[in-house]
Amino acid sequence: MIEQYMEYLKQYDGPSITLMEVCGSHTAAIAKSGIRSVLSPKIKLVSGPGCPVCVSPSGYVDQLIHLALEEGVTITTFGDLLRIPGSRMTLNESKGLGAKVEMVYSPMDVIRLAKENPQVRYVFGAVGFETTIPVYTVLLDAIREEKLTNLQLLTALKCMPPVIDWLCEGGAKLDGFIAPGHVSVITGSSYYIPLAQKYRIPFGITGFNPKELVAGIYGIVRMCEKKEELLSAGKVLVKNFYTSVVTEQGNTRALEKMETYFEPGPAVWRGMGNIPGSGLYLKPEFSLYDAGSRGLDDDQKINKACRCDQVLMGKIASKECPLFGKVCTPLSPQGACMVSSEGSCYQNYLNRDN
Amino acid sequence: MIVTMAHGSGGAATSELIRDIFAKAFDNDVLNEMEDSAVVEGSGRIAVTTDSFVVTPIEFPGGDIGRLCVCGTVNDLLMRGAVPKYLTCGFILQEGADTEVLKRIVSSMAQTAREAGVQIVAGDTKVIEGNGGILINTAGVGFIPDGVEISAKNLQVGDVLILSGNLGDHHAAILGSRLSISNDIVSDNAPLTEMVANLEKDRVDVHTMRDVTRGGLASVLKELAVASGVVITLEEEKLPVTNAVRDFCGLLGLDPLYMGNEGKMIAAVPAEEAEKALNAIRRAAYGEHAVVIGRVEDPGQAADGKAGDLLLKTPIGGIRALDVLQGEGLPRIC
Repeated sequence: MIEQYMEYLKQYDGPSITLMEVCGSHTAAIAKSGIRSVLSPKIKLVSGPGCPVCVSPSGYVDQLIHLALEEGVTITTFGDLLRIPGSRMTLNESKGLGAKVEMVYSPMDVIRLAKENPQVRYVFGAVGFETTIPVYTVLLDAIREEKLTNLQLLTALKCMPPVIDWLCEGGAKLDGFIAPGHVSVITGSSYYIPLAQKYRIPFGITGFNPKELVAGIYGIVRMCEKKEELLSAGKVLVKNFYTSVVTEQGNTRALEKMETYFEPGPAVWRGMGNIPGSGLYLKPEFSLYDAGSRGLDDDQKINKACRCDQVLMGKIASKECPLFGKVCTPLSPQGACMVSSEGSCYQNYLNRDN
Repeated sequence: MIVTMAHGSGGAATSELIRDIFAKAFDNDVLNEMEDSAVVEGSGRIAVTTDSFVVTPIEFPGGDIGRLCVCGTVNDLLMRGAVPKYLTCGFILQEGADTEVLKRIVSSMAQTAREAGVQIVAGDTKVIEGNGGILINTAGVGFIPDGVEISAKNLQVGDVLILSGNLGDHHAAILGSRLSISNDIVSDNAPLTEMVANLEKDRVDVHTMRDVTRGGLASVLKELAVASGVVITLEEEKLPVTNAVRDFCGLLGLDPLYMGNEGKMIAAVPAEEAEKALNAIRRAAYGEHAVVIGRVEDPGQAADGKAGDLLLKTPIGGIRALDVLQGEGLPRIC
């Protein structure tokens, strides 16, 4: 079956189709699979704002650094966040100035740290989309259960639908979305129906291994081809090709937990500006656990010629940016897309896959 | 006992430390002379290398900094076709180091040196302020037999690349202990003496050897492709990675191609010598999982690539161009 799908995608000769993935893990998985090199030149895959680290604005990073330099404060966070540039430096670089930063692989590790070192005030740099946000609700549960007073979150949490809406509204030239597999585990496939209806654009929820990618992309291409037919038959342009873990309604318990702790608000996406309702913030009744996450809107470009915003919107390919591969490399990232291993420029640079 | 600044004073405490720990474990005629420098026999072409070891934790699943420093140095000598003979070691101990731990490290070093067929002939100890850490610098000397010519620049078009075993074990074991992720992965730190000796004994025409250490397989092969001005093509499906390491990498968003090993090597041999080479490597300790993972191609003839390119054929037939490791290889977020 996969061979037939593959052959179809290789031989495809219909109208040009551009699909966008909006999930950092998809960006990495697509690059690693080498799938672009076997698709028909008429099928183009572009990377959207799918990496939560990449889209965090410089103001957020600056605040993490500011806190990490404060007496008695330690920042804990995931590895990738250490490398993202603030307006003057990265969190990693700030360690040279005495900033106290610890990398963890699970937010729950910080519970142990906070208990072991009651004299230290810990701030968790909590970045993420719908996939990761439920983990922070578990962390918040634990902080409350353990009655910890030395652990807070500095959040930069974001949701997918408002940014997809913003992209479509802004006229991004897209024919379909490879909908994020992990996000959808939490949200369910029905999450994308309003957008699919509003913009008459197909969404296919897709897994991450090469075969799942082929099956998902094939399914979305077929939906694009039969779009008018499907719409006139009253069909929804959302299909789940990742049924092993994604359901229609998602993880309702996780969604309830998210609603308990967080409320929507405006959020700045690096290089893209403020998108109303795209952020999630701790509700006022939980402000005790918030290290000051609202209003961190400063968004400085490291290099004025950086075109990350257009790369993130799928308007240009990485190689069309004048900095790409020249002054902007993974070792000296000039923009957010080159920072994280989930960033599109990083993957394109590493895999020469553009 | 706890190491204090007195152990680095050069006085009685230093002598006691040397006598009770180092001299006892490393015991050999050259070292036992306790002169200012070791005088050893040897002639011909000499291979020399040095390396510093700063790994945390110093004891990890499958090994420790002592075994690691011997393996790292010995393997570097072997990769030029040299027969390793002598090692020196400089210990930098931080105040607060536990001498019981030090004893274990030194004993592991001595045992690994015996396994690798080398003598530790000179050493030094310093104590610095700190938190009980142990750092080791080693130097190694080996002798290159006549006619042996192995270099990173010697890859020839048509060579096949043999990898001596599974990727990523050492890196995953270290990272697993550091992040307290419970798993069964153990470091592969091992001396490759027997493997290289077998290749020579069987008269395999080896063009290049490289141990797959920091930066992982992709970084090592990219450097070889550039040094030799060829295209290297790998088959992703042939790359040996255990399920445990694959899952570990999946969890943290790491790529086994960029994970370091400490007991694995790449050997480039002419295609017609592949079977002979595989047999020599598989027969040796630590070589049972050796496989052919790719080949060296002519930049003019390769389907997609220019001199210095490292290409990976993916299971769905895609081509991925690989570069050296960029930055630190940090775990990603989701």
